[in-house]
Amino acid sequence: MTTLAEKPVEAPEAAAAAPAARARTRRRWQRAVSPVALLALWEAGARAGVIPEEKLPAPSLVLQTGWRLAGDGTLGEHLADSLTRAGIGLLIGGVLALALGAVAGLLRLGDDLVDPPVQMARMLPHLALLPLLIIWVGIGEELKITLVALGVFFPLYFNVYAGIRDIDERLVEAARTCGLNPWQRLRHVVLPGALPALFLGLRLAIGAAWLSLVVGEQVNADRGIGFLMMEAREFSQTDVVVLGLFVYALLGLLSDVLLRIVERRTLTWRRGLKAA
Amino acid sequence: MASRTEGGLTTPVRATGVRRAFGPAVVLDGADLHIAPGEVVALLGGSGSGKSTLLRALAGLDAEAGGDIRVTRSQAVVFQEHRLLPWKRVDGNVALGLSGPGVRERVAAALTEVGLGDRGRAWPAELSGGQSQRVAFARALVREPELLLLDEPFGALDALTRLKMQELFGRLHERHRFAALLVTHDVDEALLLADRVLVLDGGRIAQELDVRLDRPRAPDDPGFAPLRRQLLDRLGVPLARRA
Repeated sequence: MTTLAEKPVEAPEAAAAAPAARARTRRRWQRAVSPVALLALWEAGARAGVIPEEKLPAPSLVLQTGWRLAGDGTLGEHLADSLTRAGIGLLIGGVLALALGAVAGLLRLGDDLVDPPVQMARMLPHLALLPLLIIWVGIGEELKITLVALGVFFPLYFNVYAGIRDIDERLVEAARTCGLNPWQRLRHVVLPGALPALFLGLRLAIGAAWLSLVVGEQVNADRGIGFLMMEAREFSQTDVVVLGLFVYALLGLLSDVLLRIVERRTLTWRRGLKAA
Repeated sequence: MASRTEGGLTTPVRATGVRRAFGPAVVLDGADLHIAPGEVVALLGGSGSGKSTLLRALAGLDAEAGGDIRVTRSQAVVFQEHRLLPWKRVDGNVALGLSGPGVRERVAAALTEVGLGDRGRAWPAELSGGQSQRVAFARALVREPELLLLDEPFGALDALTRLKMQELFGRLHERHRFAALLVTHDVDEALLLADRVLVLDGGRIAQELDVRLDRPRAPDDPGFAPLRRQLLDRLGVPLARRA
């Protein structure tokens, strides 16, 4: 076919690509400079005694503590407990958010019945519910899991709802003219169309899950990363407290990276859009 | 409510007294439309005259349309925008809703017919406007419809691509002999492609014109200009503005 009149969406400019990539790499290195410098400053300050060890131990010391606690299995045990809480809470909150978000997004009646109370409840910062939750479910595991589930529910619900609502009605119509029944339209049009929003919701939800976990684990925990930190505080083991912070940060980072990878694999079709 | 009948009709479209109002604005006020098998009917009209509304009523996309509407079930629609699902590759879009053996071969054949046999694995976002619209045609034709409903299918394309697509449409119709309703605002396009041209005005078919020109047609054929003048007159376009 001739393409005289048809403008291809992509205009690959191979000649310009190489220097652009080089510039990007250079910027990436440039952006690493200040974090590394800060870390070095922290280490040097701690070693020189400028930063007192009981206030903030050197990063190398924190790493050593981490190595020791990982070696004797303490860290792994507490980490597993924290991960279990996060996992169960994520599952409960996630399933609820998916179900209610789908009902509200797909059905007019569902929208009328489900969305108003959820919109109202959204105004409550869920961490502020802690005293009430303690009265309701006590201070045991239920509290931690409920808190995580609540944190997960709202961002996921809103993104599922918006993802379904934002689907181009014209695509649904086109699918109808191709003979797709409502169930097939759900599978081929609505679900893939809402998937990008669902991933965004999931990322926000996981962030909220870690946050809820941090707060929940400070209440009467006898295991978990939060417990490890609270216990260390009582014995003024600042290195373990900082280690706990590192672990929380690492968990957030890892889950985000993992989700991004899954997202990129699932939403291959969007790569074409971004390249254009 | 519109009454619809399943396939097996001798006439792909037999619609009488089609009505549709949006609030107080009556857009269709008893429009009658019949299309014979294999016939290409162009529907002209000013903007807001209800051309697309009539097409949507025939396509079964408008539950509010009233009148006696009998349309074959074996139909496909091509819209002004390609309306391809961005998350399905080109072949997946063409195969949408198809089942049974040989789907892959049918899809490949349909794509080859529109000149995109090698783009089956491309994403819609990688195609140009003209290519996307050709995929939309393949998606419609792979169903081998008795009736093709086209809602300004070339309206969003640039002038050169439009000419090529009109030529493609002529070829496809030659081969498949589907009946077609072509909604357009382009008088030349209507005269190039249609066996019969209807003008929609005041919610009804205000004029009907048989186009008895030999194919392939060209705007500089003798006999083309008088018909065009007649239609432009009916559409209220002053003579002096057109050659």
